[in-house]
Amino acid sequence: MAMAAALRREGRRFASPLISSQPITHVRSSLIPEYGTDNSLLFQLRNCPHESIFVIPKMEHVPLGARSISTQIVRNRMKSVKNIQKITKAMKMVAASKLRLIQTRAENSRGLWQPFTALLGDTPTVDVKKNVIVTISSDKGLCGGINSTSVKVSRAINRLTSGPDKETNYVILGEKAKVQLIRDSKKSITMCMTELQRNPLNYTQVSVLADDILKNVEYDALRIVFNKFQSVVSFIPTMATVLSPEVVEREAESEGKLGDLDSYEIEGGETKGEILQNLSEFQFSCVLFNAVMENACSEQGARMSAMDSSSRNAGDMLDRLTLTYNRTRQASITTELTEIISGAAALEG
Amino acid sequence: MLRQTSRLLARSIATTQQPIRLMGARPMSTDMPATPVEDSTFVESWKKVAPNIDPPRTPSAFMKPRPSTPSTIPSKITVNFVLPYASELTSKEVDMVIIPATTGQMGVLPGHVPTIAELKPGVLSVHEGNDVKKYFLSSGFVFVHANSVADIVVVEAVPIDHIDQNLVQKGLADFTQKLSSATTELEKAEAQIGIDVHSALNSALAG
Repeated sequence: MAMAAALRREGRRFASPLISSQPITHVRSSLIPEYGTDNSLLFQLRNCPHESIFVIPKMEHVPLGARSISTQIVRNRMKSVKNIQKITKAMKMVAASKLRLIQTRAENSRGLWQPFTALLGDTPTVDVKKNVIVTISSDKGLCGGINSTSVKVSRAINRLTSGPDKETNYVILGEKAKVQLIRDSKKSITMCMTELQRNPLNYTQVSVLADDILKNVEYDALRIVFNKFQSVVSFIPTMATVLSPEVVEREAESEGKLGDLDSYEIEGGETKGEILQNLSEFQFSCVLFNAVMENACSEQGARMSAMDSSSRNAGDMLDRLTLTYNRTRQASITTELTEIISGAAALEG
Repeated sequence: MLRQTSRLLARSIATTQQPIRLMGARPMSTDMPATPVEDSTFVESWKKVAPNIDPPRTPSAFMKPRPSTPSTIPSKITVNFVLPYASELTSKEVDMVIIPATTGQMGVLPGHVPTIAELKPGVLSVHEGNDVKKYFLSSGFVFVHANSVADIVVVEAVPIDHIDQNLVQKGLADFTQKLSSATTELEKAEAQIGIDVHSALNSALAG
């Protein structure tokens, strides 16, 4: 009896080869659920929502040696699900702390693009020949759907701005968008930058990046696609437009949204064109800086909520597995008792 | 579906939290309008191309509203002084600002003609009544609008009293020496920029 109790306490990990002597045979049989006889148990198992997660044992009587494995399988699965839950919880904590750090900085950088929009207006429907779509995405995965959203929006903008005599190119920041866009738009990708967040984001790094892009890419209008961080659960795909100085002049002359740009006096510099060029480059670096920070915030927020729902799902799965495991275990104990009692009753009379 | 619920949530938060905004307080992200104004032509052309995807928002949807051009000259000028890391002054009403434009020090009073000015490294002073606050700017742009709003966008700014005189002298000496020993055009240009900035710092500290 002590041996039986000890075996049960050991978690039934000992397979049948260890158990050979007679008094313990009835203990061994307790490890084996009688699936063939207990229809209700099978019914419950069949209707379990995640029935794919474990194998439904066969209906015939399996030789005694092999039957203890089914609880083993369930127990292994429980262990791995518990580990996954721990990992996702830890990832959520890490993402939350990173989010806290970067959120204040992103919100401070929000004032940076407003003066430019106040001066030059917002012109998403501008009609130009050379469009460049700057897609900002993350390098690491497990951050929900934000990268796919950015890529979908970029592709739609490509369709929107394409036409006869026009060309649209991509500049990609971040690994995840590169992987997705390289599949169908490999020819239109001009530049690709990854590992932006190896050092903490700062304006100097982004301005060098902006300089690089402006030098190597011919553009009439730059469209920056990113996820704006509105709150921890909401990330809004946004498109910011930066025009080249020639297009700015053209739009100002044609009395569009920039119509009153001519009323501004230009101080300093030799020509108006030079100032407009500096202005356009400065605008691009400021808007890109804000976009990169907002996207980084969105990435951490999305990762937090993705890991949170993962942990919750893992917890649910663990609960279901535990219930099944206990039911199996109790059914086998009941079977064993029934055998003993019916055996004893048969002996008596 | 999840996006809808978050949008509804944001809308309910925005309507329930109508705080008394302090002068110059930045709005929190929950205070932003939950259903911002959208550019209708853009939305229409988007729907034709990609009807199944929501159109992206554009920056004008998130802009803080700006005052309209008044008919008479206002008494004070509204200053927005922004850096990449912070907004130093947001919608602050002052009497005058003196900015270091590339053509020299320029004073901006209420009712100034609309201007776009590029800045060189120098001192910005903000005058409000008898208060004068001085900052040293690295460089940037100033936009003065018709509604007497001045936007000062700079890369780096420090209050004057945070600058160390000794380090400035040392830096100036360093860069002068680098200029004399420079070989390539790039090195010469970099050293020249260093000298410009440090001499501006020097004159800023002087007065």
